[in-house]
Amino acid sequence: MNERTHVIRFANVEQTFGRDDGSAVTALEDVTFDIGRHEFLAVLGPSGCGKSTLLRLIAGLIFPTRGTISIYDLAVTEPRDEIGIVFQRPTLLPWFDVLGNVTFPLRHKYGRVSAADKVRARDLLALVGLSDFASKRIDELSGGMQQRVAIARALLLDPDILLMDEPFSALDALTRDEMGFELLRIWSEKPKTVLFITHSIPEAVLLADRIIVMTPRPGRVREVIDVNLARPRSIATLSEPAFNALANHIRGQLFTRVVA
Amino acid sequence: MTQGAAASLASESRRAPAWRTWADRLAPASAFIVLICVWEAACRFFRIPSYLLPAPSAIVVAGLNVTAAQWLSNIGSTLRVALMGYAVAIAISIPLAVALVSSRILSRTLYPIIVIVQSTPIVAIAPIIVVTLGASDLPRVVITFLITFFPIVVSTVTGLMATPEELIELSRSLRAGRVREMLHIRLPFAVPFIFSALKISTTLAVIGAVVAEFVAAEHGLGFFIMFSTSFFKIPQAFAGLAVLVALSLALFRLCSLAQRWFVPWSLPKSER
Repeated sequence: MNERTHVIRFANVEQTFGRDDGSAVTALEDVTFDIGRHEFLAVLGPSGCGKSTLLRLIAGLIFPTRGTISIYDLAVTEPRDEIGIVFQRPTLLPWFDVLGNVTFPLRHKYGRVSAADKVRARDLLALVGLSDFASKRIDELSGGMQQRVAIARALLLDPDILLMDEPFSALDALTRDEMGFELLRIWSEKPKTVLFITHSIPEAVLLADRIIVMTPRPGRVREVIDVNLARPRSIATLSEPAFNALANHIRGQLFTRVVA
Repeated sequence: MTQGAAASLASESRRAPAWRTWADRLAPASAFIVLICVWEAACRFFRIPSYLLPAPSAIVVAGLNVTAAQWLSNIGSTLRVALMGYAVAIAISIPLAVALVSSRILSRTLYPIIVIVQSTPIVAIAPIIVVTLGASDLPRVVITFLITFFPIVVSTVTGLMATPEELIELSRSLRAGRVREMLHIRLPFAVPFIFSALKISTTLAVIGAVVAEFVAAEHGLGFFIMFSTSFFKIPQAFAGLAVLVALSLALFRLCSLAQRWFVPWSLPKSER
């Protein structure tokens, strides 16, 4: 566990955003951590702790004010192909059917989709449990199904790194639990390096190998927690004493600041 | 047993408002018919002179007295100007909206000009345009364009800006380029906005054509109404008006149908 090969590394990253009125907001301050190959890392923290900023920095959509972010020891200077992103909202395209949405990244990047690509997209739909939905319209799908399509879309270019920005927070509680287990299954079938942003403690503990707990305004790393729960994890994991102990510990970490 | 009873009760209560859906469907038409009847009755009962307000029957008679060839020629020239102005408005407004969204400098420089043009009463500058551009279809098409283009620009800009931020980030993370971002994401997302403007603009195009014909024309429905009123043929003027309304409604309906045929996904589920 300690002998990781680093895929993503944050070194003393600071991120400030200028406001319209000329003042500046520090979103991240002195953030240092790394993510190992095929590790599932959850970033947990209240809103305003710069979680999404972390994700956009890795994706190369924004660049740090100070410090460096590197992927495979190369500084991030632009968006890279080995990254897939799943957002909080599915943000599918209503003018395409399900298959068209999964193949969209190829159409968008290269302007064409080959028959082989479509076969691959169908395989991905099978992976996310939507084999029979390839030609359905988007508005025929439930929220959970739409997010499955978004996951398949993110996997299309077979990225090494999967960035997930609170992907299940817009779903109802039952669907959310189900999608957590589904994600673990998908991850075990297609191992990826995952950065999973969430504000749900149980979700983070259930899914992740490690959890980074952040503090808000400015966002700093408060604690990095190893989750030593056995895999594969299941419903039974939720009732393990170790699970609850860890969840309670994190809850304490997050609330001490508020009380103090 | 009780379940069966409950089920049949439920289906009863679902079936019960059947007459209501019929009433709902017939409501607009019956309201219109009632209005016409009240109008007709009022004209007859109060003996309102036809030069003040002609009865619907008088309007129909006046309309039938005009030959079909005359009607067709007038409708044809109004329709031609309206459609040409409409087409020019679409061809200019959508690329203009794309330019406004794509470039900050363009939006800073062009937007105020567009607003000034829109704020100018077109009816007031119509005579000037006619003097400048001469007596052909050209000034009429320009006037129609000026009345029609603004909603299309504004709606398209709104639509292009309403694209979910995540999709723009997805596009940037794929390094697809700004042209593809516009063509594959922003423009399709703007389609519902564009169509709501196109529907409004059908009516504006007819208004534009009529305004142009009021100022300078020897044919067209606008000219026909002017001509009829100048000879105190008020029922005939009303007949021209009725045809104009029908023309506007038909264009509006055609636009709605085009949306349903070509981009059904852009409509709310209930309207497909």
